[in-house]
Amino acid sequence: MKKVKQIQISMPFDLLSEELVFIILDLIPSDLKSFSLTCKWFYQVEAKHRKSLKPLRAEYLPRILTRYRNTADLDLTFCPRVTDYVLSVVGCLCGPTLHSIDLSRSGSFSAAGLLRLAVKCVSLSEIDLSNATEMRDADAAVVAEARSLQRLKLGRCKMLTDMGIGCIAVGCRKLNMVSLKWCVGVGDLGVGLLAVKCKELRSLDLSYLPITGNCLHDVLKLQHLEELLLEGCFGVDDDTLKSLTHDCKSLKKLDASSCQNLTHRGLTSLLSGAACLQRLDLAHCSSVISLDFSSSLKKVSALQSIRLDGCSVTSDGLKAIGTLCSSLKELSLSKCVTVTDEGLCSLVMKLKDLRKLDITCCRKLSGVSITQIANSCSLLVSLKMESCSLVSREAFWLIGQKCRLLEELDLTDNEIDDEGLKSISSCLSLSSLKLGICLNITDKGISYIGMGCSNLRELDLYRSVGITDIGISSIAQGCSHLETINISYCKDITDKSLVSLSKCSLLQTFESRGCPNITSQGLAAIAVRCKRLAKLDLKKCPFINDSGLLTLAHFSQSLKQINVSDTAVTDVGLLSLANIGCLQNIAVVNSSGLSPSGVAAALLGCGGLRKAKLHASLRPLLPLSLIHHLENRGCAFLWKDNTLQAELDPKYWKLQLEDVVP
Amino acid sequence: METEDDLCQNNWGSSSSKLQEQGFTSQQKWEDASILDYEMTMEPNLQVFDQIKEASGQDNISQVNVDFLQGVKAQAWDPRTMLSNLSFMEQKIHQLQDLVHLLVGRGGQVQGRQDELVAQQQQQLITTDLTSIIIQLISTAGSLLPSVKHNMSTAPGPFMGQPGSAMFPYAREANNVASQSQNNNNCGGCQEFDLPKPVVADERDSHVVEEHEMKDEDDVEEGENLPPGSYEILQLEKEEILAPHTHFCTICGKGFKRDANLRMHMRGHGDEYKTAAALAKPNKESVPGSEPMLIKRYSCPFFGCKRNKDHKKFQPLKTILCVKNHYKRTHCDKSFTCSRCHTKKFSVIADLKTHEKHCGKNKWLCSCGTTFSRKDKLFGHIALFQGHTPAIPLEETKPSAGASAQRGSSEGENNNPGMVGFNLGSASNANQETVQPGMMDGKISFEESFSPLSFDTCNFGGFHEFPRPMFDDSESSFQMLIANACSFSPRNGVGSVSDNII
Repeated sequence: MKKVKQIQISMPFDLLSEELVFIILDLIPSDLKSFSLTCKWFYQVEAKHRKSLKPLRAEYLPRILTRYRNTADLDLTFCPRVTDYVLSVVGCLCGPTLHSIDLSRSGSFSAAGLLRLAVKCVSLSEIDLSNATEMRDADAAVVAEARSLQRLKLGRCKMLTDMGIGCIAVGCRKLNMVSLKWCVGVGDLGVGLLAVKCKELRSLDLSYLPITGNCLHDVLKLQHLEELLLEGCFGVDDDTLKSLTHDCKSLKKLDASSCQNLTHRGLTSLLSGAACLQRLDLAHCSSVISLDFSSSLKKVSALQSIRLDGCSVTSDGLKAIGTLCSSLKELSLSKCVTVTDEGLCSLVMKLKDLRKLDITCCRKLSGVSITQIANSCSLLVSLKMESCSLVSREAFWLIGQKCRLLEELDLTDNEIDDEGLKSISSCLSLSSLKLGICLNITDKGISYIGMGCSNLRELDLYRSVGITDIGISSIAQGCSHLETINISYCKDITDKSLVSLSKCSLLQTFESRGCPNITSQGLAAIAVRCKRLAKLDLKKCPFINDSGLLTLAHFSQSLKQINVSDTAVTDVGLLSLANIGCLQNIAVVNSSGLSPSGVAAALLGCGGLRKAKLHASLRPLLPLSLIHHLENRGCAFLWKDNTLQAELDPKYWKLQLEDVVP
Repeated sequence: METEDDLCQNNWGSSSSKLQEQGFTSQQKWEDASILDYEMTMEPNLQVFDQIKEASGQDNISQVNVDFLQGVKAQAWDPRTMLSNLSFMEQKIHQLQDLVHLLVGRGGQVQGRQDELVAQQQQQLITTDLTSIIIQLISTAGSLLPSVKHNMSTAPGPFMGQPGSAMFPYAREANNVASQSQNNNNCGGCQEFDLPKPVVADERDSHVVEEHEMKDEDDVEEGENLPPGSYEILQLEKEEILAPHTHFCTICGKGFKRDANLRMHMRGHGDEYKTAAALAKPNKESVPGSEPMLIKRYSCPFFGCKRNKDHKKFQPLKTILCVKNHYKRTHCDKSFTCSRCHTKKFSVIADLKTHEKHCGKNKWLCSCGTTFSRKDKLFGHIALFQGHTPAIPLEETKPSAGASAQRGSSEGENNNPGMVGFNLGSASNANQETVQPGMMDGKISFEESFSPLSFDTCNFGGFHEFPRPMFDDSESSFQMLIANACSFSPRNGVGSVSDNII
């Protein structure tokens, strides 16, 4: 609002043309545009300038669209119920100016509405129809009327078959990006036809389709194909790929993860023509990444990123990968339990250019690997090493010294201590730091981070029980850009931390589950000063009550998600939440102060609700018609019947965790 | 004797008339859809052919040829090859032109008898040259054909009537001419070229013959390559073939279709016909002892048919039954109509029965009306032809779009019930509705109809059963809604609504 004040003082806008104002408006972040209420001229200028809309309620669309005549991008993800009527309103009011529409989270519309949209909006080039699980071929045939469509997402349209895809393929010749993920009714014929008819295709997502290698013959003939996603295509096997003769020079990204029947023979023929491939995803591949397997990568020496998550990897295989693809920038070996120090060291030694490394849950790795990584990959930007519990605390000292460019560091469940944190604090551009379940760290270490890493955006201290208010206050002091913080189960944290965190005005996500000392006063401090707060988890904070929620309802108008299970909240607090317009998720389980009528009123009041997590005992008490009504409005219910469990000792909890994981 | 100009003209003329002819015949033979499609893809060439028809002199022809090829060249695969081909042809045509000029110049002198031989030779030379040019032209254009088909994005619907709908079989025409010219070559250029229009006459013959060849390919018995003379050729007369009975009782004259039935019948005429020998199959009896008989093969009595023994590529028929079926299928009217689809016709009743077994089971439907029994066949068809789309059967459309389809057809805008149907109908509806000026105010009762409190009065209750209801409300109410929606014109919208912003 500051801007508005300045304007009023000097009134320089009389001298400016609309075009110049538009240029200024381009530079203002979209959520700070309430200046339009200043005067009529501002109102008009803003209405003319705005191109993209993300309305919270479909009901207001006619008004909004009448105001914003130049709407090109319409995102309806907040509108669970978009009827045919709404779509025809959009078609009539936007007409040819509309370029993209997102209906991925919406329901209740049908072919008639889509048809009006397709006919009226002649320049519609992008449409997202994901999750339209009831969409049939006849409805897809209607989509084919949108002749200028370029990007089409049909994820999880399970009723769709080859016939519908065939209609789209014939109708929309300009398509360059198609996502058919989880369209389990679409097979080889539909995909093949799509490839034959839409020659402009650049990106094709065929994940989890019952296709075989046969349709890939047509797909790989596409001249412009850059991205091909085949995740979980069990039908793609070596035999059907054997006769593959193509030369797909344009292919840049291939995702063959979870293709259970694809071995190195099939992969070799798949990669034989793709000389320019940059990204390869082989996660959860059924075969062992051995020397043989790595040899299939011979043709793709320009590879920049490879993912081998969940594969069984041998040292020879890793070494061969290092030799063949020395220009790798990203490597993911997450959950590759067979990775050993020897294999990783021999690989990492070759990859001087490595930027991102993921060795989550590689439990056999020790400090040797970390030392090697630190020594050879000085350009490392992201390192994820959750649960590498054999790595000694000394190994982390080297990371801070050698990898100064680190921006993302995941050390969840590691042995790092305060000295390690001191070393890491010298990574000045660090923006995301995860220290969950690090039982060796204390306030001292955290204050090093607070002093050093002023760019920190995300901090995860889940169950790091050594942290108290002192540590949090130093973080709040030093990291003013903090957006996400998780202090769940840090039992020593009190309202003081919350008050100090309220200095971080950009805070969006705040999780303090299971912090028994937090009260409504602390919450109020955050609510008042952190205007962008969107996600809030207050579960198992027994001293949070209605007064906290009332403040929240008054100040946090951008809140989307809240969990107030196992708190002292009653009907009054819950009902006040209806004041927050964009609230989408509510979880209230086991709050004794709630009555069925209060919950019903609150649910009705929150018009944009998408998910409600309630206790199962409420289900028979709520009127059935109400539940139906809410479901039709787009709200999904999740009924929980677990009772509050006594909190375990953190040390014991970790031991229990280690028992479960071999 | 004609000048080369005329000859050439005739050549083109005849080829175009032949085109028409073949177009007609093929219209009977081919599925309508496919022919329409060809016509559609070839449309851009139409103009060129018209030009060619109009062209009178050779200069023009060569010019047109070049134009034609260059026009197509834009979509050629390899322009360089094309260019070299073109310049080669240009050269050839120029040479020929010079030669003909020479001939024309000497036109008055060739009356003498002794010069006739010389003139003949010259003409032969020219004809051979012309033939080679034509072959060259066709092979060049023929190599283009797939790319032409591919690249020419076509008019929206294949259903538009084209003036030159006979312009279909480019490829086949090419084959014809090519085969014809081959024939010429086979004869070593010693054919009687002093006939006025030798090429044309020959072509027509070969054309007719070829048509039968194509038809006959349906019932070829493959793999039987008996050397001529190793079998005995029998030829039944037409009446014999079409006669309902082939075996007649020598006593009462009753006719039978099968010999076995006759033998059964004979038993009634006396005990002598009841013996095992009399009842046994006559052939079987003779085989074991006697020498192997000469194999019998049959010839079709229809002259010009490939199954006729006078045809140069004669292929015999194996049995009498084959003869009958072949003759009925190929040379007789198709008098049996399918009682289910009322479109398919057959001349052999067994064919009808086979068809009726499967008729109506072709559930895979294309927008052109062609049906397929297998999905992959449909998709192959769609991949091949531009503008054809899979048609979703009405049964599937019904739960969601039935109402709209009905509306569309009731307004008479939708006359193809087998297709998605409501597409066109409702699209034009929508257009009509927009054209209407706002009949109602911009104020609609959004809040009234969608506010949470009115949930019990609305028909929300039904929604959970059909998550995507299609026209849950009646048709009229929907149309009213549309009218509402359209009435948000910029003029009345801004002023009234702008005050109360959300």
